[in-house]
Amino acid sequence: MNASRWTLLVVALALAGVAGLSLGPVAISVADALRAMAGVGDGQTVAIVRDLRLSRVVLAMITGAGLGMSGAALQGTLRNALAEPYLLGVSGGAAVGAVCAVVAGVTAPVALPVAAFAGAAAAVVLVLLIARAASGRADPRILLMAGVVVGAFANAAIMVMLASAGEGTVRNALWWMMGSVAGADFGSIRWLAAYAAVAAMALVAVARDIDALALGEDAAAGLGVRVERATRRIFLLSALLAAITVAGAGLVGFVGLVVPALARALGVRRARQVLLASALIGATLVIGADVVARTVRAPAELPLGAVTALIGVPFFLMRLRRTA
Amino acid sequence: MIAASDVVVRYPGARANALDGASFEARPGRVTAVVGPNGSGKSTIVRTLIGQVPIASGAMRVGAFDVATADRRLLARSLSVVTQREEPAFSLSVRDYVLLGRHPHHGAWSALGPGDADAAEAAAARAGALALMDRRTDELSGGEWQRVRLARALAQGGEVLVLDEPGTFLDVAHEMAAFELLDTLAREGRTILLVSHQLNLVARFAAHMVLLHRGRVAAAGSPDDVMRGDVLEPVYEWPLVVARDPAVGAPLLVPLKRR
Repeated sequence: MNASRWTLLVVALALAGVAGLSLGPVAISVADALRAMAGVGDGQTVAIVRDLRLSRVVLAMITGAGLGMSGAALQGTLRNALAEPYLLGVSGGAAVGAVCAVVAGVTAPVALPVAAFAGAAAAVVLVLLIARAASGRADPRILLMAGVVVGAFANAAIMVMLASAGEGTVRNALWWMMGSVAGADFGSIRWLAAYAAVAAMALVAVARDIDALALGEDAAAGLGVRVERATRRIFLLSALLAAITVAGAGLVGFVGLVVPALARALGVRRARQVLLASALIGATLVIGADVVARTVRAPAELPLGAVTALIGVPFFLMRLRRTA
Repeated sequence: MIAASDVVVRYPGARANALDGASFEARPGRVTAVVGPNGSGKSTIVRTLIGQVPIASGAMRVGAFDVATADRRLLARSLSVVTQREEPAFSLSVRDYVLLGRHPHHGAWSALGPGDADAAEAAAARAGALALMDRRTDELSGGEWQRVRLARALAQGGEVLVLDEPGTFLDVAHEMAAFELLDTLAREGRTILLVSHQLNLVARFAAHMVLLHRGRVAAAGSPDDVMRGDVLEPVYEWPLVVARDPAVGAPLLVPLKRR
């Protein structure tokens, strides 16, 4: 992909960010929003922009970038254009881990992503075991079915835990299951960003292994890739990124599916570039989806996960038709 | 140089050994062909070389490397493999694909350099794929894809080249061109190991043939030693005669009708 397209992606992200600061139940002009960012303007505007909207935009950015990269890595490694953390049950597993932690009273921003990661990693292992038991070599369709089943199980587990939890926890957990960046605060965003940066860098470092694995296991092995170890590492990093987004914003589906496909449609081919483009496009998309979520029925808010699903489901059906 | 001694390989859950004490050698400077019926263990040799199936006993060596214990990345710098089938899940440019051959020469953070680009160009030129470099892998015909794969293997730069059914999808001209190229590469000092069903073709190009039967070496030697009715008939379990090709004088297997 040429430099002008990369510039385009960065500009689109910047525009989405500005829209995220200025649009909402209280419309603020772009000029006022940018001035408020610098702390200039009336107190209420500054508070809305800096305290409420900026944190949402940043959390949406981390969520979108993380889900986009996670989807890109999973798709390449599994050789499956339908793979993404939500459909594979990885996000569901992360939600179970996070809800477990909350029910147990662990809510420290440093610990929540770790709990979510434990759940996500367990889900990855479970999905791969089910798929392998059912089809010997992991058939892409069986893999998705295993993911849907694990996701449904995760939902059920969360319901069971909620049935015996206090009311505040229930509300919290419901938000998780529908996805939202409304509760964003910089205390937790700081940790999410730190975890996400490490996971994203590690994923970019193994990008060439993803390229090799996308050729097939034997071809990758012939290129000197230790297939099992590399696959495990990429799955865990993808699970970690998905878990970070779940810990911050709950279940936001289909971003990991749509975003890498958009990146490829722009002409990006090598895994390292697909990962970077997916981070940019994912961040833009989720910031945009959050703007939609908080403006179409303002002052009420739509769940973020519902907005991304409205985009993602038709896309999934299109993909499914092409794959079949 | 590839040297297998008493190699035993068993797939998990399988009743019989896929390789059952196979010993053979592929020396530098010549084309060695492994032939045999379906399920005789031909492709298992390839999968063993790339570390995809564990060796239960015996030893497989590639140059100074023991396949069972070697660092896979270092081994891949010496050993290039073109597997039987390979299909990228997502299309790449042919240039990027050929450059993937440089994968074993790089760590996680090192960038591809001009040396890699030169290696890719040179490899593509040798494999007759230079004109394809700016195409996409999903736009290629079967024959073009096979040439591009050979280019990727050459870009890897190893002294040992292993090919599983290299003639698949190639028409007569491209097949002959591919085999002539392999012959040239061998004469330059490389070790070429072919796995193939096409006995008559490999008998013309291979200096050494290894006939596998149920995971064991049933016969090995020059094409004239292996391409004999009394050697091949019990292995293939089919009536056949070996004649001599009137045009080129190579041994020619002719399977007979049973009735």
